[in-house]
Amino acid sequence: MKLFKFLFIIVCLSSFSISSVKSEDTQSKITKNLRCLICQGQSVYDSDSEFANSVKILVDRKLNDGLSEEQIYLYLKDKYGEWILYDPEFKKNTYFLWLMPILMFVIGGAIIFKVFIMRKN
Amino acid sequence: MKIKFVPIILIIFFIAIFIFFYKGLNSSSIYTPKINLEKEIPNFSTRVFETNKAINSSDIFVDNDFYILNIWASWCIPCRAEHPFLVDLSKNENLKMIGLNYKDNFGNAKNFLDELQNPFDIILLDDDGTIAIEWGAYGVPETFLIYKKKIIKKIIGPITNEILIEINGLVK
Repeated sequence: MKLFKFLFIIVCLSSFSISSVKSEDTQSKITKNLRCLICQGQSVYDSDSEFANSVKILVDRKLNDGLSEEQIYLYLKDKYGEWILYDPEFKKNTYFLWLMPILMFVIGGAIIFKVFIMRKN
Repeated sequence: MKIKFVPIILIIFFIAIFIFFYKGLNSSSIYTPKINLEKEIPNFSTRVFETNKAINSSDIFVDNDFYILNIWASWCIPCRAEHPFLVDLSKNENLKMIGLNYKDNFGNAKNFLDELQNPFDIILLDDDGTIAIEWGAYGVPETFLIYKKKIIKKIIGPITNEILIEINGLVK
């Protein structure tokens, strides 16, 4: 019986620590994807400003309330606009941003291909 | 005659990039947040400054009146500068003044109000700054004008004389 109790406590403790580590990981992941709006080029995770510290606490609280990562992003986007997210959406204002690397890749590839063909001929 | 496509494409490409960055030079590099108007006020629970009693936002914003919610702290220098304007606003009978004491020490906040006068009808506590985040605030001071339970104006930074006139014009 004693052994059973001991095992039960061990299982409880390990599951508790695993869940808390998991939530901490998610908190870090989320705060790394959030821009500190009052800082210069820092994420909420990196910043130690009053704003960033409050956002960290809020993210923690929302995770404990059972909100998903996506729901937290949506919640903060609703409060502060898209600027708070590091990953910009694909929309009218960001077409250039998203398509530029592809465009450069295609144009660069075409130039290389043309030069290669010309040399071959 | 053989047309040289590559140099033409390259020239067009670099001209396009030049125009894009040249335009970017003229736009301001300072981030100005979009002031979301006509937003519903958030629902939150907190404690009252002096009595330490628990309170819900639905018990504060009960009427369809004009409310001012001012986020302040005794350690915030611009809050000291804007305080006389808040005292002025408190004279407007159509306005209910709500203070949100942000990450402050009770004694310091009390001294601040004793020294500069208390313009607020009620002061709420925001010990960890999360209520300010619920309101979409960036820091202190920040002020929200609320009408019919919606934010109709948001002032980031201290209230100035122009803003005071504007608010008094809106709240009649």
